[in-house]
Amino acid sequence: MDRQGNTYTFLYASVMVIVVAAILAFLSHSLKPIQTENVKVAKMIDILKSVNIESTAKDAKDKYQKYVGESAYIVNKAGERIDGVAFDVDLAKELKKDAADRAYPVYECKLDDGSTKYILPVRGKGLWGPIWGYLSLNEDKNTVFGATFGHKGETPGLGAEIEKEAFQKPFAGKSIFEDGQLVSIEVTKAGQSEGNIHAVDGISGGTITSQGVEAMLQDCLSGYESFLKN
Amino acid sequence: MSSEKEPLFSAKNLKLITTPLGAQNPITIQVLGICSALAVTAKLEPAIVMSISVMFVTVFANLVISLLRNTIPSRIRIIVQLVVVAALVIIVDQVLQAFAYEVSKQLSVFVGLIITNCIIMGRLEAFALGNKPWPSVLDGIGNGAGYGMILIIVAFFRELFGSGTLTLPGIGELQIVPDFMYELGYVNNGFMILPPMALVVVGIIIWVQRSRNKDLIES
Repeated sequence: MDRQGNTYTFLYASVMVIVVAAILAFLSHSLKPIQTENVKVAKMIDILKSVNIESTAKDAKDKYQKYVGESAYIVNKAGERIDGVAFDVDLAKELKKDAADRAYPVYECKLDDGSTKYILPVRGKGLWGPIWGYLSLNEDKNTVFGATFGHKGETPGLGAEIEKEAFQKPFAGKSIFEDGQLVSIEVTKAGQSEGNIHAVDGISGGTITSQGVEAMLQDCLSGYESFLKN
Repeated sequence: MSSEKEPLFSAKNLKLITTPLGAQNPITIQVLGICSALAVTAKLEPAIVMSISVMFVTVFANLVISLLRNTIPSRIRIIVQLVVVAALVIIVDQVLQAFAYEVSKQLSVFVGLIITNCIIMGRLEAFALGNKPWPSVLDGIGNGAGYGMILIIVAFFRELFGSGTLTLPGIGELQIVPDFMYELGYVNNGFMILPPMALVVVGIIIWVQRSRNKDLIES
C-alpha cells in the first residue's frame, strides 16, 4: 500500500485514535474507584479542618468516623430533617435547583471537649471558577467556630489566598445573626473589618474572589436560616 | 547500518544518556521546558514527581514513535506524535490522581501541560523518528533525567532557603534549618518561593556550567 496516499493516512489515523481511546477508556475506568475514594478523603480533611482538626490522607477516615461519624444529616429549607446521606450530596448540583427543593447537608461534630459544632458546606463563584468551603458554628448556631475555603483556579497570591490561614482565621468568633436576623458575614476591604462582629478582612487585589466568598456565605447560609433559628 | 550486533550499553549508547545531562542539557543549554521548571520547583516533592512523570513520557513516547517510525505517514507525523504524547500524559495524570492525590493537586495543570513541553516533541522529531527503539529509549532517559536533574537542583535550593524544609515523596516534610537558628534571628527568604527566583537559580546553574565548560560559550 502507498504509505503516502490518502487512504493509508486516513486508515492509520483512524486505527491509531481508536486504539488510544480504548487504552485510555480502560485505564480511566479501572482507576475511577481509587480516585473517587481520594476525593472523598480530601472532603473529610476539609470538613475536619473547619473545626481545627488537622488530618492527613492516612488518618482522615478514622478521625472523620470518630468526630462526625453518623451524625451528619440533610435538612430542607424549612429546617426539617429529610432522608439521604449528607456526605454524598453534591452541592454543585443542589445549587442549580430552586432554594426550596435543595438538600442542605449538616455535619454535627462532637469535639474532644464535649462541645458540639455544626459544620455547613458552602459553595459559590470566585473570579475564575468555583470556590467552596466549610463553616463551623458553635452550639448557639450563631458564633463561627472556624472556616476553611478552597478554590479551583483563583489567582495565586491574590484570590487564592482564601485558602490560607491568614484569611480563614479571623472568621472564628464572628457571628452570623443580629437581633434574630441572619446577616451572614461581610468580607470588607482589607483593614476595614476591625471591631465589626459580622465582618472579616478581604484580600487586597483579590476583590472579586473576596466578594465571591461574601456572596457564597450569604446565599448558602440563607438556606439554613430556619434550621439555625431552631 | 552496521551488521554486527552492538552491545546494549556501548560507548555510543551511553553517550545518549550522558550528553543531555551535561553539554546538551534540555533546560540549561537548549532552554526548553522552562515554564514548568519555574512553576513546580517551590518544593522538592512536586519537582521529583514532575521529573519522574516527564521522564516516563519522554521514554515511552520515544519508544512508541521509534517502533512506529517506518509506518507513520509523514504528512500527519506531528499529529501522530501529539496523540501518543497526549495519551501518555493522560495516563500519568490519571495514575497520579489515583495514587498521589495530594501531589497531583499541587501539580494541577502542569501535568497536563507536559503535552506542550518542547523537550518531548523535540526529541521525537530529532531522534525517535530516525533511530531504533533501544537508542530512542536511552535518549528518552537521558533527556528526562537532564530535565529532572535541573528541576530537582532548583527545587532543593528554593525549598531549603525559602521554607527551611525539604519535602521528599513518601517521607514527608523534613525541617532542615534547626529551630535555634530561627531563635537567633534567621529568617526564611520568602522571595525564594516566588517564581522569579526559579529563573535566577536556573540562570546561576547556566552560569556555573558555562564557566566550567568553555565550549558552551557562544563567540
